Amino acid sequence: MGIKILTEHINVPGIETLEVYRKHGGYRSVEKAIKTMTPDEVVEEVKTSGLRGRGGAGFPAGMKWSFLAKPEGVPRYLVCNADESEPGTFKDRVFMEKNPHALIEGMITSSYALGANTSYIYIRGELLFILRILEKAIAEAYAAGLLGKNILGSGYDLDLHVAPGGGAYICGEETALLESLEGKRGNPRNKPPFPAVKGLFQSPTVVNNVETIASVPWIVNNTGAEYAKIGIGRSTGTKLISASGNINRPGVYEIDLGVPVEEFIYSDEYCGGIWKGKQLKAVVPGGSSVPILPADLILKTAAGEQRLMTYESLSDGGFVSGSMLGSGAFIVFDEDQCIVRNTWNYARFYHHESCGQCSPCREGTGWMERVLHRIEHGHGHQQDIDLLVSVAKQIEGNTICPLGDAAAWPVASAIRHFREEFEWHIKHPQEATAPGAVYRGQLAAATV
Amino acid sequence: MAKITFDGIEVEVEDGTTILQAARKIGGDVVPPAMCFYTPLKGSGGKCRVCLVKVTQGSARDPRPMPKLVASCITPVQDGMVVENTTNEDVLNARKGIVEMLLINHPLDCPVCDQAGECDLQNLSYEHGVSATRYEEPRRTFDKVDLGPYIQLHMTRCILCYRCVYTADQITEKRVHGVLGRGDAAEIGTYIENVIDNDFSGNVIDVCPVGALTDKTWRFKNRVWFTKPMNAHRDCPTCSGKVTLWGRGDTVLRVTARKDEYAEVEEFICNTCRFDKKEMSDWTIEGPRHIDRGSVISANHYELPVVNVPIVPNLPKSTVKKMPTE
Repeated sequence: MGIKILTEHINVPGIETLEVYRKHGGYRSVEKAIKTMTPDEVVEEVKTSGLRGRGGAGFPAGMKWSFLAKPEGVPRYLVCNADESEPGTFKDRVFMEKNPHALIEGMITSSYALGANTSYIYIRGELLFILRILEKAIAEAYAAGLLGKNILGSGYDLDLHVAPGGGAYICGEETALLESLEGKRGNPRNKPPFPAVKGLFQSPTVVNNVETIASVPWIVNNTGAEYAKIGIGRSTGTKLISASGNINRPGVYEIDLGVPVEEFIYSDEYCGGIWKGKQLKAVVPGGSSVPILPADLILKTAAGEQRLMTYESLSDGGFVSGSMLGSGAFIVFDEDQCIVRNTWNYARFYHHESCGQCSPCREGTGWMERVLHRIEHGHGHQQDIDLLVSVAKQIEGNTICPLGDAAAWPVASAIRHFREEFEWHIKHPQEATAPGAVYRGQLAAATV
Repeated sequence: MAKITFDGIEVEVEDGTTILQAARKIGGDVVPPAMCFYTPLKGSGGKCRVCLVKVTQGSARDPRPMPKLVASCITPVQDGMVVENTTNEDVLNARKGIVEMLLINHPLDCPVCDQAGECDLQNLSYEHGVSATRYEEPRRTFDKVDLGPYIQLHMTRCILCYRCVYTADQITEKRVHGVLGRGDAAEIGTYIENVIDNDFSGNVIDVCPVGALTDKTWRFKNRVWFTKPMNAHRDCPTCSGKVTLWGRGDTVLRVTARKDEYAEVEEFICNTCRFDKKEMSDWTIEGPRHIDRGSVISANHYELPVVNVPIVPNLPKSTVKKMPTE
């Protein structure tokens, strides 16, 4: 069992109150950073730590912070992206619900590092009850002098606001989030300019995931070098994984990056094996938008090496035989799950959530959904599979924001790895549409 | 000043110019098409993705290529940039794919559409489209909406370029939202009706690249290519009064702003000029309007005899008309 950075005190009764949180060492990083460190030193620590963005893209957080433009007389903002809406991801929700002060502590320390005097937590509209929890915690922090004017007598001011979104997936994209936060329609912006130069209210802005920001206090308390010791290679630290699907113990797990995937699935410490002892069919390792991998490719890379829970190992093999760690939403499918149905379900989600701003994504997501619907319901043609591949290719890389890619990857990868299953659906529409029918041919071949 | 190479042609432009504007400076066949970008409208562009180009060298300082295709209408040039448009197969394939996307939910009712003949989407699909569709499902449809007495919104034809939204935004301060709904269910909200009181609301018709916003005083009166364009002006208290009249014989059928070869208006005109002044006696005729756009309306007018209109590249020889030699 590895070190717990984010979840150590998560189950302590009353940890959501300031009193209990402080008893367990809370807000130490704020005192340390504000009283003994300059903002640049904090940024330097985060850089040393190798902490990478936990929202999905995995961009080094320290690097992102150092890109922030610092023109004179212009305010800077830190925005926490708590618009967690990717199917399969629920780590931030659990974290904020249980331990709101940990996020607020991270916000204060990070805002100090970036020189932001106003910061926002943009929370998903559906999580309104967590908004109340956060607001209560923020009120406690204000009362204790940890927020507001002249924090801890240091002369540093910080106002922290929580803003709920309307529940659109697209507002998790950082520029759409900023538009939404400004009170506009949540359409992603054209880049450049990037938020680090022109973000919220046309001012330099950093947008970070909840987990990224919540990791900062530990880094400040224990130094970045110490954080970099956890994990493997460029994947440092710990990561919250939302494990779901056909496993014995679904839930949120904090792992040291570098745990083997096989151990993560079968160890009793984590997922505890496949539900009812069934056979593993496929895994989506990082949330619905990353490529799906069949059982043989998730446990071992194409080169035969053991696959680890790291950014590098999961993306080994590119999109031909690899996937991505993404936001850490680990979705497991057993032998009874239909890949076609699942792909259709994902496509339906992206069709529903496309903002409709740029043409490939607006039209393409709907097109893919309709074709997949047709195949799943027994009306597909043989050429539909190639049609899907070509439509996915027409969307990928040609859109304003990554939602187009996110919609195209699961479809393209499902066909890449489970083409036989799609063909079976098309050739045997009656069998395929019978309740509970699943194609098993490819599974047997893969495990031999 | 920045020097860039576009499709092998060197051009020098001001810093901060976009790739598209640099290409327009070269002109001719190398210019990427643009469905959503509109020079007079601040903030427009980046949405339709048909102007995607490949940047094979980012700049002289940093010669790495850009990883993805970029929208040329919003990407500023860097000194030493090398851009490929018509010379790059990836670009042409991507554009073809995007044109297909734009067309799957378009009704293709050109035979009854007033925009036919001067429609950007029509031109684009001639150049980059495929002859058959791979889309089998029913197309999305919307009811027609009247935006006041003069403008009709036919959302079914809309490609969501947002040009009318930006126009409405820029002519009045009262209007904020223009698009309702999400994804392929997104539509131009009738909240736009709020601009109908504005003297310049008719300009949303001119900026529309397709037949989604049409002039009700002109609907079904005639086909664009049968009408003769004339430059005309009048002493207008609201706008410059410089317009193009489209008429047959002595009848003025339609009044629009003067548009350049990229269908961009020179000056926005007011509703009085556009909708109410439909008599020859209202106007001072300056002379024939030369239309220089990649569509049939360039063909039929004054530059007779027209031999080959270069709409479809590489026309077979059999279609070439021989002119009588003098």
